[in-house]
Amino acid sequence: MTTIAAEGAPSYISAGYTLRSWLTTRDHKRIALLYGVSILFFFLVAAAAAAMIRLELLTPAGDLVDDDTYNKLFTVHGVVMVWFFLIPSIPSTFGNFLIPLMIGAKDVAFPRLNLASWYIYTLGGLFVVVTLIAGGVDTGWTFYTPYTTMFSNSHVILAVTGVFIVGFSSIFTGLNFIVTVHQMRAPGMTWFRLPLFVWAHYATSLVMVLATPVLAMTLALIAIERLLGVGIFDPALGGDPLLFQHLFWFYSHPAVYIMILPAMGVVSEVITCFSRKPVFGYQFMVYSLLAIAAVGFMVWGHHMFVSGQSMYAGMVFSLLSFLVAIPSAIKVFNWTATLYKGSVRFDAPMLYALGFIGLFMMGGITGIWLAALAADVHLTDTYFVVAHFHYIMVGGAVMAFFSALHFWWPKVTGRLYPDGWARAGAIVMFVGFNLTFFPQYIAGYLGMPRRYHVYPPEFQVLNVLSSGGAVVLGVGYLLPLLYLWWSLRRGRLAGANPWGATGLEWQTPSPPPTYNFASAPRVEGPPYAYQAGGTDGR
Amino acid sequence: MSHFERFIAEASSAAGQTDALLLALTVVSVLVVGGISLTIAVFAVRWHAGSKAPRGPVPDRSRVAEGLWIGIPLLVFLGIFIWAAVLFHQLRTPPPGALAIDVVAKQWMWKIQHPDGQREINELHIPVNRPIELVMTSQDVIHSFFVPAFRIKQDVLPGRYTTLSFTPIRTGRYQLFCAEFCGTNHSEMRGTVIVMSPSAFSDWLAANPGEGSLADQGAALFREYGCSGCHGASSTVHAPKLNGLYGHPVMLANGTQVTADARYIRDSILLPASQVAAGYTPIMPSFKGQVSEEDILKLVAYIRSLSVAENQP
Ligand code: HEC
Ligand SMILES: [Cu+2]
Ligand SMILES: [Cu+2]
Repeated sequence: MTTIAAEGAPSYISAGYTLRSWLTTRDHKRIALLYGVSILFFFLVAAAAAAMIRLELLTPAGDLVDDDTYNKLFTVHGVVMVWFFLIPSIPSTFGNFLIPLMIGAKDVAFPRLNLASWYIYTLGGLFVVVTLIAGGVDTGWTFYTPYTTMFSNSHVILAVTGVFIVGFSSIFTGLNFIVTVHQMRAPGMTWFRLPLFVWAHYATSLVMVLATPVLAMTLALIAIERLLGVGIFDPALGGDPLLFQHLFWFYSHPAVYIMILPAMGVVSEVITCFSRKPVFGYQFMVYSLLAIAAVGFMVWGHHMFVSGQSMYAGMVFSLLSFLVAIPSAIKVFNWTATLYKGSVRFDAPMLYALGFIGLFMMGGITGIWLAALAADVHLTDTYFVVAHFHYIMVGGAVMAFFSALHFWWPKVTGRLYPDGWARAGAIVMFVGFNLTFFPQYIAGYLGMPRRYHVYPPEFQVLNVLSSGGAVVLGVGYLLPLLYLWWSLRRGRLAGANPWGATGLEWQTPSPPPTYNFASAPRVEGPPYAYQAGGTDGR
Repeated sequence: MSHFERFIAEASSAAGQTDALLLALTVVSVLVVGGISLTIAVFAVRWHAGSKAPRGPVPDRSRVAEGLWIGIPLLVFLGIFIWAAVLFHQLRTPPPGALAIDVVAKQWMWKIQHPDGQREINELHIPVNRPIELVMTSQDVIHSFFVPAFRIKQDVLPGRYTTLSFTPIRTGRYQLFCAEFCGTNHSEMRGTVIVMSPSAFSDWLAANPGEGSLADQGAALFREYGCSGCHGASSTVHAPKLNGLYGHPVMLANGTQVTADARYIRDSILLPASQVAAGYTPIMPSFKGQVSEEDILKLVAYIRSLSVAENQP
């Protein structure tokens, strides 16, 4: 690949310091940072709710908050984490920042739409904040009917409106990425020269665009039944409560892939960079990403094995759920094979990425337990499920988010963070995560149902362990916040390519200039042209 | 694990089989997660940057590896799928001669009706070694009937019946949970399943007489709600006689055929227009909102008894 030197062009950060310059920017990199600040805020809100939940569960009795408050806490935790943190987390920040850089473009295809999607996200978020101030919502993030439509006495409409609105920001982001990847690739950047990070976001965007409208319709139907009393989901009005579950999971299972595909993209970049080897089976990796996105649309019924859905439907959904696990397994095998005869470094991004693989494997393999029909009958709706999806979504997606944060921080800010602290942070997070969520597998296997405010005293030891682990996990989240903040002013200057990575984003200064490259780059070879067993890139 | 006895004792005929499956899953998981983690650790350490381990050229892809990556998981997964699906099929097939017990869930309690008329709340007394079939419905939102010691769970829905069958094999007291979030006191919607020896169970039945068997109570309701005015033997209205209906196929006016089970009878009472018996004008009024779930179950028991009596000469 050609190296492009951008001379004299001001960086995207120094392009303007006023608030107005940020709020009206059309630069994908600045919009990424706007998103970064917003999702950090919502992450903290949802984490505070989680902290209250873990504190309450220290004892079997309900002594910290009352029943309704507890129900509102786990609802807020779920709604905010899923729609205001996890779904936008990697795509809207790193995806936004990096896709144009990685494909050698000046910006995304529709810069104004990109800014609009941030405003839409913010508007949706505002509804959630208002919901909280007004007194909260207690339906669980799954909004099951007829409880949500006819029985809940909390602020369902406000919350549902917030989620409805934020859905459009994902749709717009997805559209933008799809068109960008199709139309804006630099000369020579063929489809099979795209970094896996870009492929992962391409697959994610397809899911966002195809699945999110179904969520929007479902939420609209909730509002229609609740406000106008039109019977859709409540049998007392002639509706069907399972219809809701089908519609909801038709979106919400693929939503899991909206969270995990970008994470896979990040990990693929990091593993290959710190092994100094091309990723093993590049095309196979691309096809697995697409297979996950496609088959992911056909497995939603695995959330409904005991719901009253027909036994045979259950069997079909079970089989398809096993099949969708195969491409995920392939990815793990290929990452492992990438290390083989590499030149492996253990910088912080790599530690996070290795942590991702471990936790993602745990979450994935317990997904197999839940896809197995008779096992699911016992385990579903218990803490086993809670542990399973936290391993995927927190152990997987959030670890990958931190891997990305540490990998591209020098590119985004131009500064390096203290390496030792960062490695320590990765280890604390990994250990804290396991301490928090592993005991929940056991509690679930022993029968503890989820969403329980008070619980039988036998389960106390496991809950205390989990709450204790949450403290360690909290420290793991706090550490990066501190040293990254510190690095903004005091960190060493990073230079264009501190990791010796391939990829166009490393060929322009850090932080990059407003239009990314001084002149349009040309791509002449495949991605990941690392020298197998070669020397250290630094 | 005696500490967790009331949750995890293998107290139903299915529990041991589910546990065998779970054990196999544990073994597979430990092997897979352990094996891959170990491989990653070995690769990462042996070929860490600066190590002297030989490197040499390695291919960027391998068709053999790709085949194995797909083939091995596929075989393992298919095996697990089939095993789990077979067990699931067994769980969903009610054993013949099951004792049918009605469960009506509401925020936040479990109401139980035995065929002989005994009623209880948040407790379910059953005899050991006798297949049980729960016919369940909800008065309000979705709940879920979960007995960990039996390894069974089934959502309980408003507006329809779901069933759950199992055979308890150990006497004792076992925890019953509501597993589907149902509002404020969801976590307190618990109960106890008491599995008794057959003799203790008949003593319990005798000591807790209800207001007559469900079928008898249903017969009284049948007159009270005016059903007999149309369906009774002396009625002059053109309405089907219900003797011998239960468990038998019914031709509907729209040409389809259904089996008259509890769900069909329930729908006939609440939504008579939805399934009209062939050859009749749909003059039957809907009893929606007038008959409680418990009373519907009694009417079902009565109509069921009409066929049972007929089958026994
Ligand atoms: C006004 C007369 C009338 C009354 C009162 C009435 N029914 Fe009916 N019922 C009918 C007619 C006519 C049909 C056949 C047409 C249909 O399926 O709707 C019928 C059908 C049924 C069926 C289906 C029978 C079959 O062969 O498929 C059941 C079960 C039933 N009724 C039960 C009841 C019960 C229980 C009550 C009291 C709660 C009741 N009915 C009250 C007239 C009546
Ligand atoms: Cu799913
Ligand atoms: Cu409940």
